[in-house]
Amino acid sequence: MEVIGLDTREAIRIESLSYHYHDGTPALEDVNLTVRRGESIAVMGPNGAGKSTMALHLNGILSGEGRVEIMGLEVCGKNLSEIRSMVGLVFQDPDDQLFCPTVREDVSFGPRNQKLTQELVDQAVSRALTWVGMEGSEDRSPHHMSFGEKKRISLATVLSMDPEILVLDEPATNLDPKGRRELIELVRGFEVTKVIISHDTGMTRELCDRLIIIDDGRIVADGHTDELLSDSRLLELHGLL
Amino acid sequence: MKHDYIDRYSKLESPVHSLDPRAKAIALFALIVICVTTPPRAWWAFCVYAGVVLIIAAASRVPVSYLLSRVLVVLPFILMVAVFIPFMHKGGTSYDLGPFAVSSEGLLVLWNVAIKSTISVSCLILLSSTTPFPDLMHGLERLHVPSFFTTVAAFMYRYIFVIVDEAQRMKRACESRNFRGRWIWQARTVGYMVASLFLRSHDRAERVYQAMCARGFDGTFPLQRESSMRAADYVFMSVVVLIVLTGRLAVLWK
Repeated sequence: MEVIGLDTREAIRIESLSYHYHDGTPALEDVNLTVRRGESIAVMGPNGAGKSTMALHLNGILSGEGRVEIMGLEVCGKNLSEIRSMVGLVFQDPDDQLFCPTVREDVSFGPRNQKLTQELVDQAVSRALTWVGMEGSEDRSPHHMSFGEKKRISLATVLSMDPEILVLDEPATNLDPKGRRELIELVRGFEVTKVIISHDTGMTRELCDRLIIIDDGRIVADGHTDELLSDSRLLELHGLL
Repeated sequence: MKHDYIDRYSKLESPVHSLDPRAKAIALFALIVICVTTPPRAWWAFCVYAGVVLIIAAASRVPVSYLLSRVLVVLPFILMVAVFIPFMHKGGTSYDLGPFAVSSEGLLVLWNVAIKSTISVSCLILLSSTTPFPDLMHGLERLHVPSFFTTVAAFMYRYIFVIVDEAQRMKRACESRNFRGRWIWQARTVGYMVASLFLRSHDRAERVYQAMCARGFDGTFPLQRESSMRAADYVFMSVVVLIVLTGRLAVLWK
């Protein structure tokens, strides 16, 4: 009985997930992770450790062996569109995320795929743009924007889908200090479950209470952010110091 | 990095800019089709076509120098081939030019190619510099141009600058290590650059597709908002087509 009560509180559940690249190189090995609703977790690890690969499993872009559940729903073919509405994944490079000629089309791409009516789509677009402080930029084209602006629009493209879980891959990389500060404040304001992949220890401390460290496709540490970040032996061992 | 882009003057305000993209596309494509099917000796018809193009260009307020420079970018490719025809082609009176002979039939072919390509290219440049590219693509989509073409064009418009930037960064990184790319034995390096640019673009395409799937893309592009053509659009379309058709048919009756 208590198990049922607990289940509904889980945002993400990953059970013994393994993934191999085409050439057979293992990318993830026996990953187990549970994230409660409303929790903010940071994911750290050296380059090529499997952080992004894990993120791509959260909405079924990649699928390995094992089981992934989002809000109690298994990530599999028939649930994909529902899962992708719930998981907002923001890619590292805004030029990958923003592919439309205008901001309006990019931000409305998700809601239009959700088959919302024109009116609801328009509402979602202006709400998302206001949220990231880019209202009024609907008709601009992304390739003439600054990097910081592109990052904001990238966030807006998933916020417009009203996700329950926000997955950010290196959100602050390449931003100038002011842009980074503004982004941190922006992300802090979103009251959803957050998974933030980052090398930025300062941002991790500010936004996430919980930290997991991935190395070589395995979760090697899972605990309180401050505790793990003060363990210099652990950080050094996994190339984070 | 800053770039010159193909719809640079498309955000000006003018009677031509405010027309529906569909009206402009239909009128100008009609002009092109009618123009290229006109027999080359129908001098007056070509004057009519050129006149229509000039009037639209003047009404659009796009700088003449810009339009001309664009036309001049495209034309040499066509003329380079055509300019040899009068020397090769036999027929009609031939004029003696020292070591060469020029045939009048050949000159007619050259005129035919030159005038038709100039008018056609001008039409396309007018269309693209009075219509923002995204609007043009949506207009074509609503005219039932297969979405495959409009999608490919839209992606090209979005990513050409990303690729140009990438190539420029790569070139600078090479130059910083004293590479000039001037000699034939350096061709190998240039080849590597092109190959790696291709691979990067391929990887990017993969990531873009993943990002699209992450937002629920299922292979079909969701439709854009509808807009309807206004009276001015119909008037523009029918006036252009009528004038041009009259020019074309007047030749037939003569």
